Amino acid sequence: MWSLILKRIGVGLVTVVAVSFIIFAGTKILPGDAAQIQLGQNATVENLAAMRAEMGLDKPYLIQYFTWAGNFITGDLGSSLASDVPLTQLIADRYQNTVMVAVLTALIGVPISLLMGILAAMFPGSAYDRVLTFVSVSLVASPEFLTATLLVLLFVLGMGIGTAVVVGSTEGKGFFSLISHFALPITTLSFVIASQLIRMSRAAVLNVMSSPYIEMAILKGVPRHRIIFRHALLNSIGPIVNVVALNLAYLVTGVIVVEVYFGYPGLATLIVQGVQSRDFVMVQGLGMIFCLTYVILMLIADVAAYASNPRLRHPK
Amino acid sequence: MSTPSETEHFVAPYDEGVTFDELPDAPPRQGYKPSITGWIGIAVVGFWLFIAVAGPFIAPMGENDLPFPDDYSEFQKPRVGAPLGTDVEDRDILTRIMYGAGRTIGISFVATSLAYLVGVILGIGAAVSSPRVDMILSRVNDAFLSLPTIMLGLVVVAAVGSSIPVLIATAGLIYATVVFRLARAIGMEIMVMDYVEAARARGEGTWWVITREIWPNARMPLITDFGLRMIYVILFISSLSFLGLGVQPPQADWGSMVRENLGTLQYGASILPVLAPALAIATLTVAINLIVDDVSAHGGGKLSKRM
Repeated sequence: MWSLILKRIGVGLVTVVAVSFIIFAGTKILPGDAAQIQLGQNATVENLAAMRAEMGLDKPYLIQYFTWAGNFITGDLGSSLASDVPLTQLIADRYQNTVMVAVLTALIGVPISLLMGILAAMFPGSAYDRVLTFVSVSLVASPEFLTATLLVLLFVLGMGIGTAVVVGSTEGKGFFSLISHFALPITTLSFVIASQLIRMSRAAVLNVMSSPYIEMAILKGVPRHRIIFRHALLNSIGPIVNVVALNLAYLVTGVIVVEVYFGYPGLATLIVQGVQSRDFVMVQGLGMIFCLTYVILMLIADVAAYASNPRLRHPK
Repeated sequence: MSTPSETEHFVAPYDEGVTFDELPDAPPRQGYKPSITGWIGIAVVGFWLFIAVAGPFIAPMGENDLPFPDDYSEFQKPRVGAPLGTDVEDRDILTRIMYGAGRTIGISFVATSLAYLVGVILGIGAAVSSPRVDMILSRVNDAFLSLPTIMLGLVVVAAVGSSIPVLIATAGLIYATVVFRLARAIGMEIMVMDYVEAARARGEGTWWVITREIWPNARMPLITDFGLRMIYVILFISSLSFLGLGVQPPQADWGSMVRENLGTLQYGASILPVLAPALAIATLTVAINLIVDDVSAHGGGKLSKRM
C-alpha cells in the first residue's frame, strides 16, 4: 500500500516537472520575448540586449528554465510584465477570494449533491431518479455560462436577490451583503460540480448495490434501509471520496469561466487578463499554481481509490 | 473494457465525467433504430447542421449589419425585424447566431476529427507496438492528460495568439490525448483476444491485424465516443471564445456572443443577447448527448444497464 502511494507520488512529481516544461516551453515558442514586451516601442538593439541580460534571457533555455523553476519553488514568481508589480503581491488578495469560493462551493455543493446522488441510487428507475438523471446529464453538457445566465435570470432579474456582477473589494461589508455578493458565483459552481457529482456518486452506489453480498442481504430479508446504510453506503465511501476529489479538480477548470462571467476578483480573472495582455510571467506563474492544485487533487483521488479498492492495489 | 492495464493505473479513471464503461461493448446486431429521445436528438442536431451550412445564405442580413441604424428607441429589445433583439452594438442576434453556428460547429467538428486522426493512429499504434514504444507514448500522454484542458488552451493562446487554425490545432491536440487513451485501451483489449492470436499464428502481418481484427471491433465504441468528444470540444471552444481567447470579433461565434453581451445583464435591457447563444450551445450539446446515450443503450453498453 505505502509503496504504491509513494510510487504514485513519484509519478505526480514527474508530472509536475513535465507540466512545468510544457508551460515554460509554451511561452518560448514565439519570437517576441519578455524584454521586447517590456520595452515596447522604445526598443533599440542596445537596450534590448541590456534588458535581456538583466532579465537573464540571453542565457541558454535550459538555464533559464532552472532559474525560473528554482525561483518558483522558493516562492519568487517574478514580476508582472504589464505592471512590474511582483506577482506574489498581485496574487495575495485574489488567492483568498478564489480559495474562499472554492471552499464554500465544496462545503455547500458537495454534501447536497452527494445526498441527491445517493437518494437517486436508492430508488433507481423512480420518477425522482429519472428527472435528476436527465437534469444532471443536461447540465454536464451545458456550458457554465448558461447555468450562470439562468441563475442570474432567476435570482437577480426574477427575484431581485444578489448581484449579476461582482466588482470591487469585499472589505467593510457586513456578513449578509457578503453572502449576496458571492451567492451567484458559488451557486453556479455548485451546479457545475453537482451535475458531475450526482451522476458519479449515483453510479458508485449503484455499483455496490449490484454486488453479490447485497443480493445475499436482500435474500436474507435484511430491511432495505439497513442494506443501504450498513452494507451499501459504507462500502461506497471509498469510491465517493475518489469522486469528490476528482470533482474538486474539475472546480479548477470551472472556476475560470465562472469568475470571468461574474467579474469576480480571483486568480482566474487574473490569468485570463495575463493571457490577453500576453504577460508571460503571469501566465507561467499562475498556470503552475493551477496545474499544481489540479495534480495534487488528482493524486488524492488516486490514493483514495487505492485505499478503498484492494483490487487496484493488487493488479493481476 | 474496464480492466486497467499496468500503465493505466496512475491515471485517475476520469475524463470530465465520462468513463469508458459507458460506451457500447459491441456493435449493434441489427441496424440502429432510434428511440423517441434519439429522434429528438437527431432532429435538433439536424436543425443546427442545416443552420450551420445554410445560415449565411438564409440569414436576414450580414453578420455585422445594423437592422435599425440610428434608431435607439427600443435598443436591444426584441421587435419586428429582430425577433431575438439586438446586441450591445445593435446587431441582430438571430443573424449572428445563424452565422455563428457554422463557425462553432465547423471548428469543433474539424478539431474533433483531428483529435481522432491523431489519437486513433497513435493509440492503436501503441497497442500493437513494442512495450517500450507504448510506454513512452503513454507517459507523454499522461503528462498532458494530467493538465486541466482549459489551462493548456490558455498557455497556447498566450504563446501564439488566437486564430481559427490555432483553435482547431489546440483543441484537436488536447483532445487527441483522451482519444489516444481510449483507442489504446480498446486496442490492448482486442490484442489479447484468441482470434488475434490465431491470426498471428496464421502468419498475418500487423497491418492485417489492425485493419481486419482491431478496427472492426474498435469501430463502434470509437464512433460513439466521437459524439461525446465533440460535446467537450464544443464546450472547450465556446469557453475559450467566452474568455475572449477564441474566435475574435467582429466574427460571430456562440461563445464570444455571450461575452460581448455580458454587460447587458447589468443594465438589463434584455437578457436574450446572453441567453440565446448560450441556449444554442446547450441545445446542440444536449442533443448530441441524447443521440450518444441512445446509441449506447442500443449497442448494449453498460450505460443501458445503469439508466
